[in-house]
Amino acid sequence: MSSGSAVLPSAGRPPARRARVNWVPYALLLPGLLWLFVFFVVPMITLASQSLQEGDVDNGYTFTGNVAVYGQALQNYWPQLLRSIGYSATATVLALLLGYPLAYFIASRRGAWKNILLVLVIAPFFTSFLIRTLAWQTILADDYLPARFARAIHFTDLLQVLNLSENSSLLSSKFAVICGLTYNFLPFMILPLFTSLDRLDGRLLEAARDLYATPRETFRHITWPLSLPGVVAGTLLTFIPAAGDYINSKLLGNTQTVMIGQVIDAQFLRVLNYPLAAALSFVLLVLILSLVTAYVRRAGTEELV
Amino acid sequence: METLQQSPDAAQPRPGLRTTVEDLRLVGVSKVFDTFTAVQPMDLTVPAGSFFALLGPSGCGKTTTLRMVAGLEDPSTGKILIGDRDITDLKAYKRNVNTVFQSYALFPHMTVLDNVTFGLKRRGDKDARRKAQEALELVQLQAVAGKKPAQLSGGMQQRVALARAIVNRPDVLLLDEPLGALDLKLRRQMQIELKRIQQEVGLTFIHVTHDQEEAMTMADSIAVMNQGVVEQLADPATLYENPASTFVANFLGQSNLLRARIEGEAGEGLLRARTHDQEVVVRRDRVPEGIRDVWVGVRPEKLRLGEDGRNTLRGVVTDASFTGVSTQYLVRMPWDLELMVVQQNDGSARAHVGETVAMSWDPGHEFVLDQRQSDTAGADLDDE
Repeated sequence: MSSGSAVLPSAGRPPARRARVNWVPYALLLPGLLWLFVFFVVPMITLASQSLQEGDVDNGYTFTGNVAVYGQALQNYWPQLLRSIGYSATATVLALLLGYPLAYFIASRRGAWKNILLVLVIAPFFTSFLIRTLAWQTILADDYLPARFARAIHFTDLLQVLNLSENSSLLSSKFAVICGLTYNFLPFMILPLFTSLDRLDGRLLEAARDLYATPRETFRHITWPLSLPGVVAGTLLTFIPAAGDYINSKLLGNTQTVMIGQVIDAQFLRVLNYPLAAALSFVLLVLILSLVTAYVRRAGTEELV
Repeated sequence: METLQQSPDAAQPRPGLRTTVEDLRLVGVSKVFDTFTAVQPMDLTVPAGSFFALLGPSGCGKTTTLRMVAGLEDPSTGKILIGDRDITDLKAYKRNVNTVFQSYALFPHMTVLDNVTFGLKRRGDKDARRKAQEALELVQLQAVAGKKPAQLSGGMQQRVALARAIVNRPDVLLLDEPLGALDLKLRRQMQIELKRIQQEVGLTFIHVTHDQEEAMTMADSIAVMNQGVVEQLADPATLYENPASTFVANFLGQSNLLRARIEGEAGEGLLRARTHDQEVVVRRDRVPEGIRDVWVGVRPEKLRLGEDGRNTLRGVVTDASFTGVSTQYLVRMPWDLELMVVQQNDGSARAHVGETVAMSWDPGHEFVLDQRQSDTAGADLDDE
């Protein structure tokens, strides 16, 4: 009785009452929107405007709409741009190859083991990114065991043949930079992969087995496609920050492994050529965005459950 | 589409259908998980082309048995054979056995058609698409071939799971509580459907269920399992009329169990038995050899109100519930046991609560079991 009458609008009330807007969701969104506006939208506009200004630090910059700076940025720094994409793509593939079996292993554990292993994956985050990369400097240093062992088994020779290193050391090479990138972003790969694989219904694997699928076919037709959302999320979370990274190439590389992040860093903080640095930032942004869009389209994640 | 009648001429090859199906045999098969024995060593033969049910309460080992046949679980002891071939050590994906899972386990990222062709493609069947479409036709789902499982109703998903298994023409088709997730009406419908399909394709079906009514309506023969043991293997009528244990008697339908002692001959192939202060006669061939302390069991519908049967008991009606087709009475005996009587609504007079009534039955309508068994075994386990 009472619920029935509550649904019907009572005749005596003015209709304006029903048109009232519920402002609570918007109020809850407000802090986040404000944050995004102040720390994302405003800097983006500033950066865009900065890239089209001319002048120098001492005399100030004026907006001139100098689009030529983009041509200059591309012309002078395309090798670093391409290198960044190449390194981060390689690191992403390596992280996937390392991370997938690990995520699979963790997801297939039970109870406490699962949590312990997950904590171990996240554990590196308790130390600073910089410290961890500096640690790699030590690990790969010439007179330490890994480098000596690598030389002993002629691994360094192999690296030289593959053009991943220029001499017989591990440090200050392409190899070291890619290793650093892979290591630093590996947790970002493992966590989404784990989430996907953990959700995977074991009964589907049994059904595949029952329907004459060998373990290899079961992986190819069931496990892999159903973990694709994790693969896409993991590769994006690895690729995007790795492409803009400048710490690894700075601490573990040499002059021939300079990545675009390093160039932007130098232009902003040392050369003080703000317009060029801003233009490079934008070029990188557009490049990553278009690559990611193409990738996500191809992976067709919207088709997946 | 093949002809719907089962041809008696089995040698005639029918297109798309296997012509030879072989018996499935379990020889001394058991399964022990760590310390828990799920299945005691059992011997079981499932005749080729039959609709066989494994019936029992949850945890009785029926699903474990099924999974061992499927190859998803390794038996601790024993052998599993199809015809003369020992498949005990054959991997699940190499066995010509398919399962319809309780959860259906349809592949969510594939269309219905891809789900159904999955098994055929793994075996490199060139004709997979046509066969899959035929199977979908069999379950009347050709219209949704291009849809994803999540877009279908539970009943449709169930039929896709069935088509996905049947299409491979397995030696044995295993059904693990396949109707458990459906509502009652759909379940009845699917029971008839399943039976029709089984007759049409002529495969051996092994149906695992805890629903005794489902097992009785569908199966040619039923193995009733309890605590890892097959208590009785028989056709539905035998199970009901002549249960081999109190568990079977209570699990399949309702039973009135009277504590009695065999006292001697009554002639005409009958024996005298005394239950409390009443004397009854029972058929000699119903009494297990060499046993004097027994349970005399009478099904509620075998008891009639009135005195026209040879064995008569008297008691007070404590409850009467009218269901339309019949009336169900609870009658309290002088020694406090309550008997259930079901009287068909055939125009005979109805009894009222508080009335003292006589109930009777004829010898041969009872079953007699060893009194060492608990009279309540299986009583509370019916449908969970």
